[in-house]
Amino acid sequence: MEYFLQQLINGVTLGSIYGLIAIGYTMVYGIIGMINFAHGDIFMVGAFIALIFIIALGFTAGTSFILLVLALMLVLVIAMVLTSIWGWTVERLAYRPLRESFRLAPLITAIGMSIVLQNLVQILQGARVKPLQPIITGGYVIMEKDGFVVNLSNIQILIVVTTVILMAVFSLIIARTELGRAQRACEQDRVMAALVGVNVDRTISLTFVIGAALAAVAGLMYLLYYGVIDFYIGFVAGIKAFTAAVLGGIGSLPGAMLGGMTIGLIETFWSAYFTVEYKDVAAFSILAIVLIFLPSGLLGKPEVEKV
Amino acid sequence: MSEGETRAWERAPVLTVEHLTMRFGGLVAVHDLSFTAGRGDITALIGPNGAGKTTVFNCITGFYKPSEGMITLAHPDGSTFLLERLDDYRIASKAHVARTFQNIRLFSGMSVLENLLVAQHNRLMRASGFTFAGIIGLGTFRRAEEKAVELAKYWLERTGLLERADDAAGDLPYGDQRRLEIARAMCTQPVLLCLDEPAAGLNPRESHELNQLLLSIRESENISILLIEHDMGVVMEISDHIIVLDYGEKIADGTPQQVRTDPAVIAAYLGVEDEEVEAVEKEILQ
Repeated sequence: MEYFLQQLINGVTLGSIYGLIAIGYTMVYGIIGMINFAHGDIFMVGAFIALIFIIALGFTAGTSFILLVLALMLVLVIAMVLTSIWGWTVERLAYRPLRESFRLAPLITAIGMSIVLQNLVQILQGARVKPLQPIITGGYVIMEKDGFVVNLSNIQILIVVTTVILMAVFSLIIARTELGRAQRACEQDRVMAALVGVNVDRTISLTFVIGAALAAVAGLMYLLYYGVIDFYIGFVAGIKAFTAAVLGGIGSLPGAMLGGMTIGLIETFWSAYFTVEYKDVAAFSILAIVLIFLPSGLLGKPEVEKV
Repeated sequence: MSEGETRAWERAPVLTVEHLTMRFGGLVAVHDLSFTAGRGDITALIGPNGAGKTTVFNCITGFYKPSEGMITLAHPDGSTFLLERLDDYRIASKAHVARTFQNIRLFSGMSVLENLLVAQHNRLMRASGFTFAGIIGLGTFRRAEEKAVELAKYWLERTGLLERADDAAGDLPYGDQRRLEIARAMCTQPVLLCLDEPAAGLNPRESHELNQLLLSIRESENISILLIEHDMGVVMEISDHIIVLDYGEKIADGTPQQVRTDPAVIAAYLGVEDEEVEAVEKEILQ
């Protein structure tokens, strides 16, 4: 029971990070029907930007609490803004010129963009892993029995709380604001949206910006949680988040969150009760099984052929 | 109307199409077409199938870039827009041209009300400071949103759809969807409203209601309407000015009275050979 509870906490934390990245995949797919394979690397860029500013600001676990919170908020905002610019640039350079081209073209440039970002960071930051001293330490003991301690660390609380808040905010944006309305209109009929005066290019750009901003949050969380990053983290995390988006039903925002959680939990529990080596196999197998029975994912809407 | 009197489309055109040509590869869909549509008029574009009516519409609303020619829209304040040079969304947001489609194109997964709010996108976007001020909850956005909902409600009432405001647009019956499309076009606050076969698929009663709606819109809103229509009953009843196309060229242009008796029009509609036109003409004049 204690062991289970501990794994549940770990799984939810991991799932939050996946969920944040998965939103970027699902929103972009929803609006232009393409898989942005460079999104995982945008997440990696976000993590590096966060690392650079954490080191530049020079705060550590010893910094007083108020200052630490302020500094982290500052890093978060900087990382979100700078990563958004990367996301915007990638869309502008690699996807928009190909929007009227055949369907596979932007997919290929997306893979190209992914390689470009990885290599760029490798050249600029070096290929070795970058460690970061733990900044947020401490936590709570929830339960103790037979010498097994169930820990809920502060960093886990921070990750889950931040994720929940951001997901709520962005769900509200999509549901309530004019930008969200325009996004949904573009999803359904881009041509008609333009005819009622919606600037479709701008709406698509803003979608990439929002996706990149959330990936930057995930990047900072990943950095704080694991304490090491390298230029390659975007690949694995990106594939997992993409899986999460497909599992939840690609194009669906709550689906991405649910999918992220599910993948995070499967991975954690598989590692805990079976073998760590096969955790990815487990996650992808479950994806395959779910897709056999629910081809449009857990919360996805089945695609309706337009007549 | 007496002979000497000038007509609205000659005196104060809202839309001037000059030497419009549209080629698709070797096919010439519209050839050297010039016409004007008067401010406040209901102008009908008619012609047999494949005459190029929808192509003209697509050129006006930015779907196609014309191969040749100029399309000028004049606003009541005197400013003019060259429609063939504007990006697609600017035709709606800057030049204020709205259109509907022959096969209805609503945002079917969104509610009826939301369809009308999307049509007011630019005003709301500006008021919300590109959404970011809106999140913080600045008052200007809430007021703009309230105004937008009010305008939407006004049009829902005029089109008789107020009770269905929260239903998904795709769930409405066919006739209601047609009217919703017009309501959505009106929410963009157009100067020129382009309707592509608004009466297609409507029963006679619905079609009559549509006529009343269009006439009342023209009466109250100070806009001009350009429509493509097959239903001659609709065309003759409501239009002030008719332009007849055949094989991408204009064959007649005038009031319903003039067009109705024009031998070239009759020939085009009945599919008469050119040589027989005179014979047909004689028959009519008898």
